[in-house]
Amino acid sequence: MKVALMVTCVNDVLFPGTGAAVVRLLERLGVEVDFPGAQTCCAQPMVNTGYLDEAVPAVRAFVDAFAGYDAVVTPSGSCAGSVRHQHAIVARRSGDPGLAAAVARTSPRTHELTEFLVDVLGVEDVGAYFPHTVAYHPTCHSLRMLGVGDRPTRLLRAVRGLRLVDLPAADQCCGFGGTFALKNADTSIAMGADKARHVRSTGAEVLVAGDNSCLMHIGGVLSRQRAGTRVAHLAEVLASTEEQR
Amino acid sequence: MSGTFLGMPPFPVAARAALADTQLRHNLAHATGTIRAKRADVVAEVDNWEELRVAGAAIKDNALRSLDATLLRLEKSLQDNGVTVHWARDAAEACSIVAAVALSHGVDEVVKVKSMATQEIGLNEALAEHGVAAWETDLAELIVQLGDDLPSHILVPAIHRNRAEIREVFRDRMAGAGKAAPDGLSDEPADLAAAARAHLREKFLRAKVAVSGANFAVAETGTLVVVESEGNGRMCLTLPEVLVSVVGIEKVVPTWTDLDVFFQLLPRSSTGERMNPYTSTWSGVAPGDGPREMHVVLLDNGRTRVLADEVGRQTLRCIRCSACLNVCPVYERTGGHAYGSVYPGPIGAILNPLMKGVGDDAQTDSLPYASTLCGACFEVCPVRIDIPEVLVHLRSRVVDAHRPGPPSAEALAMRAAGWVFGRARRLGAVERAAGLLSRALRGRRSLRWLPWPGSLWTGARDLPVPPRRAFRRLRSERR
Amino acid sequence: MTARDEILAAVRRALADAEPTHAQVSRAYRDTPPPPDPVALFVERAAEYRAHVVRCAEADVPAIVAAAVGPTARVLLPPGFPYPVAGQVDTGETATRLDDFDAVVTTAALAIATTGTLVLDHGPGQGRRALTLVPDTHLCLVRADQVVADVPAAVAALDPARPQTWISGPSATSDIELTRVEGVHGPRTLHILVIDPA
Repeated sequence: MKVALMVTCVNDVLFPGTGAAVVRLLERLGVEVDFPGAQTCCAQPMVNTGYLDEAVPAVRAFVDAFAGYDAVVTPSGSCAGSVRHQHAIVARRSGDPGLAAAVARTSPRTHELTEFLVDVLGVEDVGAYFPHTVAYHPTCHSLRMLGVGDRPTRLLRAVRGLRLVDLPAADQCCGFGGTFALKNADTSIAMGADKARHVRSTGAEVLVAGDNSCLMHIGGVLSRQRAGTRVAHLAEVLASTEEQR
Repeated sequence: MSGTFLGMPPFPVAARAALADTQLRHNLAHATGTIRAKRADVVAEVDNWEELRVAGAAIKDNALRSLDATLLRLEKSLQDNGVTVHWARDAAEACSIVAAVALSHGVDEVVKVKSMATQEIGLNEALAEHGVAAWETDLAELIVQLGDDLPSHILVPAIHRNRAEIREVFRDRMAGAGKAAPDGLSDEPADLAAAARAHLREKFLRAKVAVSGANFAVAETGTLVVVESEGNGRMCLTLPEVLVSVVGIEKVVPTWTDLDVFFQLLPRSSTGERMNPYTSTWSGVAPGDGPREMHVVLLDNGRTRVLADEVGRQTLRCIRCSACLNVCPVYERTGGHAYGSVYPGPIGAILNPLMKGVGDDAQTDSLPYASTLCGACFEVCPVRIDIPEVLVHLRSRVVDAHRPGPPSAEALAMRAAGWVFGRARRLGAVERAAGLLSRALRGRRSLRWLPWPGSLWTGARDLPVPPRRAFRRLRSERR
Repeated sequence: MTARDEILAAVRRALADAEPTHAQVSRAYRDTPPPPDPVALFVERAAEYRAHVVRCAEADVPAIVAAAVGPTARVLLPPGFPYPVAGQVDTGETATRLDDFDAVVTTAALAIATTGTLVLDHGPGQGRRALTLVPDTHLCLVRADQVVADVPAAVAALDPARPQTWISGPSATSDIELTRVEGVHGPRTLHILVIDPA
């Protein structure tokens, strides 16, 4: 099986540690991962702001970069959702049947990380060690667009040393919402403040989620509050081992 | 009702004011939290809920896909039942039909069943111009009407008010509209409901003309349905001699037995009950029982425009349950007024732009963006309207409507992003520039202040500084 | 062009691109297994709306009704009411006169177990719609064999040509802080007598 990492533009620019963690994790599980250098962005920022024409080049870059792989793995529920649910819309807009055909090939092969681990590799215990108290925030797109269900928490519960605590109102959106965070900044912050309050109420040391964009928002609020709770991507928790510490 | 949605600012501006209203935030968090829990409980006990949702969507889709034939069948059935059928292209036409019926009976007042369609067309204001007072009889509508307020929720229009505020409205305003509130009125919901009962009873007993909407209209049998809780609907549908029902053309369902789906979906989604206290169905005039003269006004007012939108037409399945409002994290914090329409929340964010069209006013154009696309609305929608899908579609319609003009800063930014993401080496160059910026910041890990538009982020959130090397660079160095 | 013609033309234009085929509506939801004891379930669920529900034998009806309405109540009965209960039979009073009655006693067309609902189709024994609306107390008698399992069974059994009133508990509102309060405009007290077969 030829497997490619779709790191996502946010992780590429701001959180390279998450991409490195996915590679480390998958290699530990015996999966060799390519990083196709032609990849850029899933096009979601343009699509979700209404700029379909502007999204076409990114979708082209995506299908070109990932053509020929059996599976594309990404540490983002939101970007996986964009590939699976929105690329066809962009392709239709482009009026290019070739692009539509390419999208029809790549979209279904794209997996969010926990889907890939549990459904494709069939593992739940990835041999990780993370001796911290953790709260898990199920991001909206992983929860409702992809329906990853309890895969992330099954993976977390198998991590040695990790104590998972319940996050109140966990399934409520954190308020990031892509350009919503800027276009409706006040509402976004009101939602982020409530999410941060729930996180703090758990006493967790680390808030974990499968999307760094949401974590950037929640973490930005927590950091501003000097809350003493940090955020970490699920991949980094699953990649960490006793030997590395 | 003297309140008006006319001239409302775009959503982000209206939301900012609403977010600062601590009473509103508290009232909404309490009310939406309560109803969410009730809905979740009664939906969970229905094993075949998903089957019902699928069936509800399919029934509505079938009615809509042959809407011309379905409406003609409805018209024929209604006429066979002795009902006069009127058609109204827009709000003004619908209002003048209702006014003409009222005036032909020489009345100066009508009693009203809570109805979204009549709110949408501004019927009360139009009747007032003809010297006809329209008395709202639903408790929440009464609170809004007496308070010269605006509705902020589809099911519970006074959801933004708490018991203390409602007591003050009743104490100060009831006397001006009829029977005064009793002395020493407390703020207990039971006492407030009793005051409304006493205030409205004299109006019910003397009214000659009533105005209603309809939750469903059955094409096969000419049956109209009103689903309610308080009994004010039954009063209006039963006691007056004349009944005028204003019915949106999307309310039609093909057959009587199709109702067995909606009578399960609607109450559980709406009030979180297994069944609402009262549902009335009637098929025209019944001898010796209820009104002797009946009119139905079939209303378009933008619905055919919605029908013409390939992605947006699913919105016409809506049965006005308001489950999407109650789960929406944006609605929970801003309340309904910020949406500038009688249809607030996620459904309003798609229905208003679809009915009015986009590209003409900033308020309407702002609504499709009033969402994080979290998907909670789609998950609870009893007729499976994919609200996030329609929101994203409408955003593209808004952008496309503005393409001919000079580009906004946002449009320029999106063009630039589209160009950068078109080639990996362009993105690589941007990342190297970000790395240089990071070097210049000498190891700082987060930013606490940025100039506009970055201030929109840093106003309340720290922003991580990009690391010196992007992932792409780290990978190429490893090779 | 009339409004009617214009609206119908707009509908046809709007649907010009739509697929003409109709989706098959799956009616699998009607095959839900019935509850093991529908009458018991009806009693339980109707009571949850804070209706007063009792199961009784037909012979006990007059005494139970008398006890429920009290000795001084002015009681209204619909034409064709089949049980020997004391009260005045409706002769088409005005709404204002109906307001002078304390209670009304009727039968029902059927009852629904899963939702605790009574359905009146306003035939003999049930009376015109206003009768069960204006007086503040409603006593409704339903035979155990009139209880159907669920909403689809009820809809299938009812005649849409007749006016219907579906009643689930006393009049109620949740308009103030989403707190349910029983008793607004309809009867504030609902008694249900489920008559078991002799």
